[in-house]
Amino acid sequence: MIRFILLQNRQGKTRLAKYYVPLEDSEKHKVEYEVHRLVVNRDPKYTNFVEFRTHKIIYRRYAGLFFSLCVDITDNELAYLECIHLFVEILDHFFSNVCELDLVFNFHKVYLILDEFILAGELQETSKKAIIERMGELEKLE
Amino acid sequence: MNPFSSGTRLRDMIRAIRACKTAAEERAVVRKECAAIRAAINENDQDYRHRNLAKLMFIHMLGYPTHFGQMECLKLIASPGFPEKRIGYLGLMLLLDERQEVLMLVTNSLKQDLNHTNQYIVGLALCALGNICSAEMARDLAPEVERLLQFRDPNIRKKAALCSIRIIKKVPDLAENFINPATALLREKHHGVLITGVQLCTDLCKISTEALEHIRKKCTDGLVRTLKDLANSPYSPEYDIAGITDPFLHIRLLKLLRVLGEGDADASDTMNDILAQVATKTESNKVAGNAILYECVQTIMSIEDNGGLRVLAINILGRFLSNRDNNIRYVALNMLMKAVSADAQAVQRHRATILECVKDSDASIRKRALELVYVLVNETNVKPLAKELIDYLEVSDLDFRGDLTAKICSIVAKFSPEKIWYIDQMLKVLTEAGNFVKDEVWYALIVVISNASELHGYTVRALYRAFQVSAEQESLVRVTVWCIGEYGDMLVNNVGMLDIEDPITVTESDAVDVVEIAIKRHASDLTTKAMALVALLKLSSRFPSCSERIREIIVQFKGSFVLELQQRAIEFNSIIAKHQNIRSTLVERMPVLDEATFIGRRAGSLPGAASTPTIPSVSLPNGVAKPVAPLVDLLDLNSDDAPAPSSSGGGDLLQDLLGVDLPPASQQSGAGQASKTGNDVLLDLLSIGSPSAPSSSSAVDILSSNSSNKVPVSPLDDLSSLSLSTGTTSNAAPMMDLLDGLAPSPPTENNGPVYPSITAFESSSLRLTFNFSKQPGNPQTTVIEATFINLSSNTYTDFVFQAAVPKFLQLHLDPASSNTLPTAGNGSITQNLKITNSQHGKKSLVMRIRIAYKINGKDTLEEGQVNNFPRDL
Repeated sequence: MIRFILLQNRQGKTRLAKYYVPLEDSEKHKVEYEVHRLVVNRDPKYTNFVEFRTHKIIYRRYAGLFFSLCVDITDNELAYLECIHLFVEILDHFFSNVCELDLVFNFHKVYLILDEFILAGELQETSKKAIIERMGELEKLE
Repeated sequence: MNPFSSGTRLRDMIRAIRACKTAAEERAVVRKECAAIRAAINENDQDYRHRNLAKLMFIHMLGYPTHFGQMECLKLIASPGFPEKRIGYLGLMLLLDERQEVLMLVTNSLKQDLNHTNQYIVGLALCALGNICSAEMARDLAPEVERLLQFRDPNIRKKAALCSIRIIKKVPDLAENFINPATALLREKHHGVLITGVQLCTDLCKISTEALEHIRKKCTDGLVRTLKDLANSPYSPEYDIAGITDPFLHIRLLKLLRVLGEGDADASDTMNDILAQVATKTESNKVAGNAILYECVQTIMSIEDNGGLRVLAINILGRFLSNRDNNIRYVALNMLMKAVSADAQAVQRHRATILECVKDSDASIRKRALELVYVLVNETNVKPLAKELIDYLEVSDLDFRGDLTAKICSIVAKFSPEKIWYIDQMLKVLTEAGNFVKDEVWYALIVVISNASELHGYTVRALYRAFQVSAEQESLVRVTVWCIGEYGDMLVNNVGMLDIEDPITVTESDAVDVVEIAIKRHASDLTTKAMALVALLKLSSRFPSCSERIREIIVQFKGSFVLELQQRAIEFNSIIAKHQNIRSTLVERMPVLDEATFIGRRAGSLPGAASTPTIPSVSLPNGVAKPVAPLVDLLDLNSDDAPAPSSSGGGDLLQDLLGVDLPPASQQSGAGQASKTGNDVLLDLLSIGSPSAPSSSSAVDILSSNSSNKVPVSPLDDLSSLSLSTGTTSNAAPMMDLLDGLAPSPPTENNGPVYPSITAFESSSLRLTFNFSKQPGNPQTTVIEATFINLSSNTYTDFVFQAAVPKFLQLHLDPASSNTLPTAGNGSITQNLKITNSQHGKKSLVMRIRIAYKINGKDTLEEGQVNNFPRDL
C-alpha cells in the first residue's frame, strides 16, 4: 500500500503531498524534508528505490520534479515505478505537455486526477483514457 | 482594490507568492492572505468560500498552519452544489485526518452524499471516506459502501471496493460482510473494477481466514482463467504498457494467487501452468515486463513446492542479477533473500555476483547485497567471504562502514572455525574500522582472548603490531591496552611463540609506551584512559624496571578533572608507593572470563542486537508482510525501524572489565568489608544524613562507589574476588591501610584517663566487650577496642561487625583482626573503633550494632544497642 505520495522540485518545494496515513503537520514537514534530501542527490544511475525508516521510497525524476511514493517494504518496487510513469503520462496528457507551473497553478486539479488514479493507497484505475475522460466529465460540472 | 484582499483570485495569490524574493516576503504575503481569509470566515462569506479554501490548501502545502479553515471544509461539504462539495472534500482530505474530532461532524454529510442521486457526488464522498475514514466512521458507513459495491456505474464500484479495504483494515470484524460482494467483483470485465476487486480480496484474505478459505475454494479457478485471458489478450491500446496489457492487473492477480496458493497444495497445483506461462512468455526488456516476472517469481517461491517452477524462478533471478539496470539487480537481491530459505544451494551459486554487489556504488544495492551475503555465510564459506568483506572494508564508504563492520563481526563470531582465526579477523576489523565496532564486539573479543590461554602471547604481540599502525582506532586501542596490561610479560618475553609469527623484540619500556600513548592521546575517551590506568598499574608490577616511570604517568592524572581518573590515579599511586608487598597479588592476571555468562548476558540485555542483524525478508513468511499493520502504525513514523539496542548491558560488561581489577578486591577481602559496609549501614540504621565522614573512610567510599551496585551480581567479580581474597585475608590490615593513606596512624600509646571496660553486647553465642582509651590532648575522641568472643562450640566465618551512631558522633571503624571467630578459648577477634563526640561533655555515647557471621555456612545476624557507655566519653 502507498503511504504517501510527494511531488517535489529540486529545491525541495512541495508541489503535491498526499498522505494515506494520518500524520501530524510537523511530521509531514519532516518527512517531506527527509525524502527530498534522500532522493535529490542520488546519482541517476542508482536504483530508484531508497529505504526510508521502515518503508521504501520509490522515486522517479522528471526534469526538475521528483515523484516519490512511500510504499511497504514488501511491495513490488518495479510496479510502483511504472505507476509513477503512468501518472506522469496522465498529467502530461491532461495538461498537454505538463510543466511545473501547470502543477503549481492547478494544484487542485492535480489532486483530483490523483484521486481518480489512486484511492486509499491503492491503484484505482489503470487506463489513462478512462481517467482523462472522467476528468472531462468532472470539469463539465464546474 | 487591494491585491491581497480576499477578493484576489487563487491564481493571483499564487503569483504573488511566487514573486516573493525572500522567505520573509513570502511570510508577509501569506500572513495578509490568511488574515483576509479569517475575516471572510468570520463574516460567514458565502460567495468566496470555496475560493478561500482553495487558497488555504495552497498555503497549507507551503507549510503554514491552516487549522482555522477546517470548519469551512465542513460547510462546503454540506452545501448542495458539486463544485463546492468538490473543493470541500478536497480540503477535508488535505487539512484534516482521521484523528481530528471535527471529522465526526462530517459523518452525516458523508452518509447523505453516499446516497446522493448524483453519482459524481457519491464518487466524491467515497473518495474522501477511502482516504481518511476513522474506525467509527467505518462502522457507521460500512452498509452504504457495501451497497455501492453493486452500483451500476463501474466508477463507483471501483471506488467502493477500495473504500472497503480501508473499512476492513480499520474494523476487521466487518470483513465477513464484504466477502460475497468482493468475490462478485472478481467476475467483472472492467479493468478498474477488477483490479480493485482483486486488491479487496487480497486484503480480505489477510484479515480473515474465513475469507481466505472461501475465496480459495470459489475463485482460484476463475482467477487463473482471468490471468490466462489477460496474458493471452491481443493488443489493447487502452491498457497497453510496453507491449503488455495492463501489467498492474497482472501483478495484482499474481499477488492474490500467491495468497491463495500459500500453504495449499491443490490451489498451488491449479496455478502451476499459468505461472509457468507467465514466467516463460513475459517480455523482459522493459520495466513493466520485469515487474510482472518479479511478482511471478515471488508467487512461485511462496506457493507449495513445485521443483520445476522453482528452478525457473531462480533462473529468472539469476538473469536479473546480471542485468545492467540497477533497479532490476536490486529486486533480484531482494528476492534472492526470500529464496534462500527455499533453496539455499541455488542462491549460493550466485555468491560471487552478490559479493560484487556489496561493493556497488549505490547504497540501496549495497545494503541488500550485504544482507544477502550475511544469510549466505556458513561454516564452509566463512573464510573466503569474511576475507572479501574485510578487504572491502578498507575502501568502503564511511557511512557504509558501520553496517559492514557489524555484519563482519557477527559473521566472524558466529562461524569462526577456530579461535586464532577469529582473533586474526577481529584484529583486522579493529585495525580498519575500530571506531565503528560496537562495544559488545570488543568485549566479546576480550572474553575470547581471555579463554584462549595458548594464544595470549600471540594475541598481545599481534595487537602490539596493529597498534603501531592504527593507534587512532579507539576499540583497537582498548583491546591492546587491556591485553598489554594482562599479558605484557608475554609480549616482552615472546612467550608462546607460534610458528607463523615473525619474531619481535619489544622491551618493557616499549610496552609501557603503548599504554602511555593511549592514555595521553586527546581523542581517547574516559573508558580508554581508565583502562590504560589499570593496565599501567598491572605493568608496574610485571615490569619492576618501569615501575617508577609508570608511577610518574599515574601521578599526572592525580590532577585530572575527571573524577574517575583522578580517583584511580590516587588509589593506584598509593598502591605503588606504599604497598609493594601486596601489589603483585592485587594485580594478578584476571581469571578467565566466563564465556557462557557473557553470552547469556548479552543475549538477555540486547535482544537481537549486533549478533542477529535484521533479516527482514527472510523471517517474514514470503511476501505476506508483517502481521497486517493496522493503519495507525502504517508509517511508524515515530518509532525507528531498528530495534534500538540498549546499551545498558554493554555498560555492565564494561564495568566488569574495568571494575573487576581493583574495587571488588578491596571491598570483599576480609576485614576491609567491615569498615566499608559499616559506613553504608551506618546510614541505613539510623537513617541520618550523611555524617561528614572522616577523610579516611571517604576514601573507601569513593573507591567502592563506582562499582558497588554492580559487584554483587557479577559472576566475573566473584571469581576475581575469590582468588584475591584468599591471598589477602592475612594481609587484611595493611590492605585496608592502603586505602586510608591520609588517615592518621592508629593510636599507639594510651596515656589518657582510664575507663572501665564494658560488656557492650552479649547473647547466648557471642560476647562483645569494649575497652576504652583516649588520645592525649583530644578529649572528644575515644578509641574503643572491641573484642568478640565466641560462646558456642562452632567456628564463625565471614564475621562482620557493623556499627551506627547518631549525628553528633563520628565513627571510624578500623579493620578487624580477622573475619573468622574460633570457638571459645581458641581466640577472639579484635577491632578498633574511633568515635569523635562533637557534644563532648553534654551527651554520652550511644551506638547501635549489627553482627553478621556464618555458622557452618548458615547466615546469622545479631543486632543490639549499646547504652552502657561510661559517661564523659
